[in-house]
Amino acid sequence: MDKIMEYQPEIWLSIGQTFIMVGISVLAAVLIGLPLGTYLYLSRKGNLYENRMRFALLDTVVNIVRSFPFLLLVVFLIPFTRWIVGSAIGTMAATVPLSIISIAYYARLVEQSLLDVPKSIIEAAISMGASPTQIIFKFLYREARSGLVFGLTTATVSFISYSTVMGIVGGGGVGDFAIRYGYQRFETGLMTYTILLMVILVQIIQMTGTTIAKKLDKRS
Amino acid sequence: MIQLQSVEKSFNGLKAVHPLTLTINKGEIHGIIGTSGAGKSTLIRLMNLLERPDSGDVIVNERELTSLKETELRKARQNIGMIFQQFQLVQNRTVGQNVEMPLELMNVQKDKRRKRVEECLQFVGLLDKIHAYPAQLSGGQKQRVAIARALANNPPVLLCDEPTSALDPSTTSEILQVLKNVNETFGSTIVIVTHEMHVVKSICNRVSIMKGGHLLETLSIEPLGVESNEDHYIEDLRLIAKVDE
Repeated sequence: MDKIMEYQPEIWLSIGQTFIMVGISVLAAVLIGLPLGTYLYLSRKGNLYENRMRFALLDTVVNIVRSFPFLLLVVFLIPFTRWIVGSAIGTMAATVPLSIISIAYYARLVEQSLLDVPKSIIEAAISMGASPTQIIFKFLYREARSGLVFGLTTATVSFISYSTVMGIVGGGGVGDFAIRYGYQRFETGLMTYTILLMVILVQIIQMTGTTIAKKLDKRS
Repeated sequence: MIQLQSVEKSFNGLKAVHPLTLTINKGEIHGIIGTSGAGKSTLIRLMNLLERPDSGDVIVNERELTSLKETELRKARQNIGMIFQQFQLVQNRTVGQNVEMPLELMNVQKDKRRKRVEECLQFVGLLDKIHAYPAQLSGGQKQRVAIARALANNPPVLLCDEPTSALDPSTTSEILQVLKNVNETFGSTIVIVTHEMHVVKSICNRVSIMKGGHLLETLSIEPLGVESNEDHYIEDLRLIAKVDE
């Protein structure tokens, strides 16, 4: 208990770092992953913007990013990270590989959710004279919305998990704190405490996401 | 009102519709009947270019759809209502929001939209369900909502692709009555694709018979009314014989 009080400032700092890393990844997932996943869906065979070449290209890129062992992806992206944020070390630097993986991860989940929307509803949209933008926003996203929220929840939980290893590039965060202070200094109590924090955080996110997704789903 | 001029359509080398010409007159209820695989669904989908014909022209409301650019085609489609076998309502929108959809797509003002939505739901007798979600409705109610949605922007033409095939007989009569009312009240031209003789007999003024992608014949008939179970006239028997052949 004393230890926990003693390290309070460090704990808060690391929680802040986790929030920055995960927050930016979630933002990247929504701002880039959502459109990317939507385009993956649309360019698929038999869909609105069928384009075999582009689909194959994007599909492969998403697969490659997702199949990279995460630590190697972080290392592999160092030059790119340096170019984007000016440094390969620190919390901001850590957000770059995290965002890349989150974009690929969420894009795939978006594609899945959209594939669950019956194609016939798109036909109805076309028969009403809807434009492609209207089809996407008023029909596709509307019908897929609970899946999109649920997917983002799942993704966020994964991003938290990914963020725990960002200590290797000085990204900090709760996971890094648990390893450095709890594990490496043999403070088992401190480690347990941080793990507990993580569990609670994940529970809250998952419960919130599931509740919202359920609320949004009027399909049955 | 609708003219198909030597239209034909193949899927993967298989001819779904052999070259055919068909004119549908203003204000009539035109049935297209045939067994499954006869090409009747493809035929109705050619009428709003959900399927583009391999050759031939499609003219609806005096506009040659086949020659229109994408944006013009969208505008033209807003004047062709369509309903489907499986209703195709947006499940995550309320009944009212579904009916509002076509008006929203046309950027009609909010208060005008609301008024029109209420009119249309009133017409199909579902005003009390305006805040319900489609999942809370029966099949017949869903189809009535779909009809209300199709009517929202006053299209002169209403295409119905197997509108009653997912419904039981009494609900079928109910929907047919609504379609007949639409035709009588607004003078809409209605095309109904069906494999049910009952549908054709009760409300159609003319009927086209399809088989194997060919248009066998188009006949004028006297609709018997929705409640009728009669089977009495010769054309009717001829029809059945042709379809069942």
